[in-house]
Amino acid sequence: MAQQEAKFKVIGTRPIRHDGVDKVTGRAKYGADIDLPGLLHGKVLRSPHAHARIRSIDASAALALPGVKAVITSADLPDLPSGGAMMGELPMNPRHLSLNVMARDKVLYDGHAVAAVAATNPHIAEEALTLITVDYEVLPHVQNVMTAMQDDAPILLPELRTSGAEEKSDKETNVASQLRFARGDLEAGFAAADAVVEREFDTSMVHQGYIEPHNAVAQYNADGRSTIWVSTQGAFTARDQTAMILDIPSSSMKVVPAEIGGGFGGKISVYLEPLALVLSKKTGKPVKMVMSRGEVLRATGPTSGSHIKVKMGANKDGTITAAHIWMAYEAGAFPGAPVGAGCMTVLAPYDLENLQIDGFDVLVNKPKTAAYRAPGSSNSSFAGETVIDELAEKLGFDPLEFRRLNGAKEGTAQPAGPQFGRIGYLETLDAAQNSAHYQSPKPQASNGKKRGRGVASGFWFNAGFQSSATVNINSDGTANLVTGSTDIGGTRASCAMIAAEVLGLAAEDVHPVVADTESIGHTDMTGGSRVTFATGTAVYEAAQDVVTQLRERAAKLWKVEVKDVAFQDGVVSCLSDAKNEPMNLKELATKLPRTGGPVSGRAQVNPRGVGPAFATHVVDVEVDPETGKVDILRYTATQDVGRAIHPSYVEGQIQGAVAQGVGWGLNEEYFYDENGTLRNAGFLDYRMPTCLDLPMIETILVEVPNPGHPVGVRGVGEVPIIPPPAAVANALHNALGVRMQELPMSPGKITKAVLEQS
Amino acid sequence: MASTVFIPALMRKLSGGKDRTTATGATLRAIVDDLERQFPGFRDRVVEDNDLAGSVAVSVNGEIITGGLSESVPANSEVHFVPAIGGG
Repeated sequence: MAQQEAKFKVIGTRPIRHDGVDKVTGRAKYGADIDLPGLLHGKVLRSPHAHARIRSIDASAALALPGVKAVITSADLPDLPSGGAMMGELPMNPRHLSLNVMARDKVLYDGHAVAAVAATNPHIAEEALTLITVDYEVLPHVQNVMTAMQDDAPILLPELRTSGAEEKSDKETNVASQLRFARGDLEAGFAAADAVVEREFDTSMVHQGYIEPHNAVAQYNADGRSTIWVSTQGAFTARDQTAMILDIPSSSMKVVPAEIGGGFGGKISVYLEPLALVLSKKTGKPVKMVMSRGEVLRATGPTSGSHIKVKMGANKDGTITAAHIWMAYEAGAFPGAPVGAGCMTVLAPYDLENLQIDGFDVLVNKPKTAAYRAPGSSNSSFAGETVIDELAEKLGFDPLEFRRLNGAKEGTAQPAGPQFGRIGYLETLDAAQNSAHYQSPKPQASNGKKRGRGVASGFWFNAGFQSSATVNINSDGTANLVTGSTDIGGTRASCAMIAAEVLGLAAEDVHPVVADTESIGHTDMTGGSRVTFATGTAVYEAAQDVVTQLRERAAKLWKVEVKDVAFQDGVVSCLSDAKNEPMNLKELATKLPRTGGPVSGRAQVNPRGVGPAFATHVVDVEVDPETGKVDILRYTATQDVGRAIHPSYVEGQIQGAVAQGVGWGLNEEYFYDENGTLRNAGFLDYRMPTCLDLPMIETILVEVPNPGHPVGVRGVGEVPIIPPPAAVANALHNALGVRMQELPMSPGKITKAVLEQS
Repeated sequence: MASTVFIPALMRKLSGGKDRTTATGATLRAIVDDLERQFPGFRDRVVEDNDLAGSVAVSVNGEIITGGLSESVPANSEVHFVPAIGGG
């Protein structure tokens, strides 16, 4: 259900996606499909230990195996200094990036890469791995974030010092950084409260679970130039990270983005690309590397587990008077947990006078975390939205009404300080309140099972960053659209539709291409829900550039001033002389060769005006109190989407994110044994929901156009993963009367909570 | 060209506990220079390699800026230093 704007002809419609046929017929080329003459196959030897010193590596037996062409270790990579370098949109530490790709002196998690092999086929490469001898000195490990913060915890990186703290310290630590947001008077706020709720929460490390494993094919040429084909969220990001790790010019490398089978934030960091390139250089042959599912789970970037403390108070009028939240997030083996976003989003839907939010980024012996859809926000909102629900209940408010009483609107100061511009949080509450779902009777218990309803809200910033676009007019009056944005969620279609709207073409007459790093201007990664906003802005401006040129060409043909030529709905018309017949784009395109040649519009942007997103979700659950099994009976997601360019893909983003959020809430967790070894590194044991586990996710698109974008776009892909864990927890409370404080809310934890209650 | 600058909570020791101040400057660089004059040590917390540190974002009148220290800051602006955020 979406509002439609009459002034648009293409935007808001639902054309078939441009890449649809290739995908449903299996013709789309993914990274693992790439084949080249003389191709070798690479495999990575990974640490079986959570924390160990590498005394030595002996690869002589592996090198002696027929078919093995090369073995590399950290000795084959530059030993980079620590420091900060801008990598597209965010800073990265080159040393940490390099050490995560290949361990040097120590391994820091189960699965950490220690060596890599290239051989004539994957089986020989795998056999060669078993012939490499690594002498480890096993060290004590730490995997719990609270234990890792203690003074006597095993230290992962001896050179690490806490950044951001009030006072500088020279003490060894696992706390990489600290931050705080504070305003008002907490003590006075809690004194004014009629009800105070205080709870602690734990969430487990979870993985994005994209279907396509990481892969890379690298070809190093004798002239020092190279090409990498890879499944990545950002070709330029992959190029620049690989160049940084190998200390070579980024311009010496072309990265060709293959089709991508999911990313959700997990395909921004490189893992295989530098290794494949070094192996290719060493052997003189192209090298393909494809991870197994186990490697993806053990050694790529899941998102943080966390420990969160929440204390919140409200008065009888329903005003939240004070909120104090403390959260520590697992960074994994290197700094960079998304705790900043966790802190900045947890209370963002609310207008609060008195608050303090503290965050800590903490190293543990687990894989380095990566982004995952609205990174850091599902954790903190699970905690915050559970406590909001409890406060509403204690004070006798409907949970949506309680949120509305405290809801953020234009001019509200965010917890981090800046004021919101035009936002649509209250509109999502209205949409949820008025939904058929919320208006239906609450589900009743049956057959010994309990049923309940829960709600929760979420906020995500969305992002801008750099994008480029080129629009080329074809001789038949159609257009080719070139961008550098990997299409994860339908952005070929949304960008093509923006171009079509400006040019007065049908969506099918704009042909979108995702280009390599030598065929388009710099474009930051696909992430932060930024592509339809930022690349869409570049596309809009490039199409406007085309329109300007088309008007100039028509003016030349008609021998009139450009100001006398109008362009509307794909037709140029002469305002000063009616004898000049209007021409559509198809007609005008045939005349381009004799009016100056091809028409090509381009734009490069780093746009401001990002429009944040809010969502409010409603869920009904059924739970068996004896087994703890939970079924989702009905789920409705409302969201301020700004402008839905292609409503089907917006709905798809929401439905996919809800499925992931429900999995995060009920089933998914990294399970490590006492030795620090991941024990569920496969999809049989790492339980993600399938279509059999979920009902149809109902979506309500609320369109509050973003005034900072030419056609009102806000990002849509991330905020819908935030509310599900809290919404399900609140529904379970409604069903069972117990407050779940740990993710995942798996059957064992639910039955334990029920038993403790009784 | 005075603006109101909000001091991040963990930097308020530098500002003697003040959560905001008035700083003068037509660019973010000039404002940071003024903050350094008022609260020595402030610049080191937000500047690296002579530009805005990569881990820091700045909001001017509710919008995250993209021009780093060269960004123009209109008079009577509201300036916040916040963590830089990416996304998935």
